[in-house]
Amino acid sequence: MKSILRLSVNGKPREDAVADNALLIDYLRDTLRLTGTKQGCDGGECGACTVLVDGQPRLSCCTLAHSVAGRDIETIEGLSHTGNLSRLQRAFHEHLGSQCGFCTPGMIMAAEALLRRNPHPDLPQIKAALAGNLCRCTGYVKIIESVEAASRTEELAA
Amino acid sequence: MAALSDFRLLRPASAADAVRLRGEHPASRFLAGGTDLLPNMRRGLVTAEAIIDLGGVAELAELRVVDAALHVGAGVTLATLAADPVVQARLPALAQAAASVAGPTHRTAATLGGNLCLDTRCMYYNQSEPWRHAIQNCMKIAGDTCRVATKSDRCWAAFSGDVAPALLALDAEVQVLGPQGSRRLSLADFYRDDGMAWLSLAADELLVSVRIPLTDGWVSAYEKLQVRGAIDFPLTGVAVALRREGDLIGDLRVACTGVSSRPELIGGLESLAGKPFDDAALALVEKQIKRGTQPMETTVINVSYRRRVTPVLAKRLLRRLWQAAA
Ligand SMILES: Cc1cc2nc3c(=O)[nH]c(=O)nc-3n(C[C@H](O)[C@H](O)[C@H](O)COP(=O)(O)OP(=O)(O)OC[C@H]3O[C@@H](n4cnc5c(N)ncnc54)[C@H](O)[C@@H]3O)c2cc1C
Ligand code: FES
Ligand code: FES
Repeated sequence: MKSILRLSVNGKPREDAVADNALLIDYLRDTLRLTGTKQGCDGGECGACTVLVDGQPRLSCCTLAHSVAGRDIETIEGLSHTGNLSRLQRAFHEHLGSQCGFCTPGMIMAAEALLRRNPHPDLPQIKAALAGNLCRCTGYVKIIESVEAASRTEELAA
Repeated sequence: MAALSDFRLLRPASAADAVRLRGEHPASRFLAGGTDLLPNMRRGLVTAEAIIDLGGVAELAELRVVDAALHVGAGVTLATLAADPVVQARLPALAQAAASVAGPTHRTAATLGGNLCLDTRCMYYNQSEPWRHAIQNCMKIAGDTCRVATKSDRCWAAFSGDVAPALLALDAEVQVLGPQGSRRLSLADFYRDDGMAWLSLAADELLVSVRIPLTDGWVSAYEKLQVRGAIDFPLTGVAVALRREGDLIGDLRVACTGVSSRPELIGGLESLAGKPFDDAALALVEKQIKRGTQPMETTVINVSYRRRVTPVLAKRLLRRLWQAAA
């Protein structure tokens, strides 16, 4: 059964007919074609699907689309403004925080939530915030260095 | 990976409506944060024709102190609970247990109610459909034997929630709402020692809130053993609460998780009240933990290790608390 879902995605209000059993990740990827958000596991284990719901990091593979009706959703696509990468995106690019790139959108969204709450986190705080995100390529060191680098940079004006 | 089966989503605005809907739809499930239920549904472990989303039930979000007790609604998230100043200052075992569940991206959604009602776990059950099919499924899903104890007529899946042992040690009570009205019971009575039916909750009953006494003089702590430090269910987890009276034990409570089909409040420790905190006291704690828990081959880590390490965790926590309470 489908019903109307109203919410905001990357700052734009949306109204779509969405199936009751649709997961947030399926709504984002299949209905909105926002394929930056990744599915990396069979449910809840990897963090690749992390998006922000009212600024809080959430696993979109463990969330029904209708459960976030009326909320503000942010995905990796919402971070760059007018073609400029966000400070985290730039830092991951410049500090080799991304290799195959599959975990990167989730890593960046989890790190984005951290930096908004705590602009200058220390190493244990970065590790704690990314504890739910798995990476098979980088060995994590470059990811942590990227987040540290971003925390030392100002966000470019939108 | 499997999509979710077809179901109707119902979004009640009150606890009473949630209970009524649950009664009207026998093949339904309550959904809180979804971090346990939705992955289980995707793996075909749980099926439902209707899902009752509790996210809109305002009563479940309560978090306040009334008459020297903290009342926590079942819908309060573990992130909120772990960061709450009253919980951190007065109920450290609860703060530590909530903060140790899964990862930070789970805890922003995961609720207290979902954690207390968490499905029991076993390495023969928490697997994909083809994997389970290859071993002809265990009795918890569609087969007829328990793969962990093939001669046994019961299921030994382990309760593996982190928060329940902390709340048992802190002497919590739960409030439950059903079609006949509301009832209160001790958290210990909320559980049953059966991997397939681990809650004493009827299918149409809703866990509404938990009441935790804020009694002066108690110190508490929780610690778990896990394969991966970053995120993992407890292989074993221990919560202890202690009241020290000078050089004597005033009172002491110990509870364990991951080592039985229910979280276990360890019995037979009452005699320690008024006794010195010495090797004999710790030996009794060890003996009673070994007597009161029964880890089985439900995880990849071997049973004899989990059996030996559980009292070690308890004694370590007790020594630390004893010093801290001086
Ligand atoms: C990778 C991963 C790691 C995890 N690690 C841990 C861990 O270390 N420790 C741990 O304890 N858990 C862990 N979990 C499990 C889970 O995330 C948590 O237990 C969480 O607290 C469940 O809460 P929820 O609100 O998401 O529950 P849901 O998934 O919404 O519900 C769980 C169950 O409780 C029932 N339920 C929910 N609320 C109520 C209510 N008010 N009344 C009656 N029934 C109710 C639901 O019907 C369902 O059967 C992990 C999960 C994943 C995916
Ligand atoms: S896809 Fe959501 S946690 Fe792996
Ligand atoms: S860069 Fe490949 S998984 Fe992280």
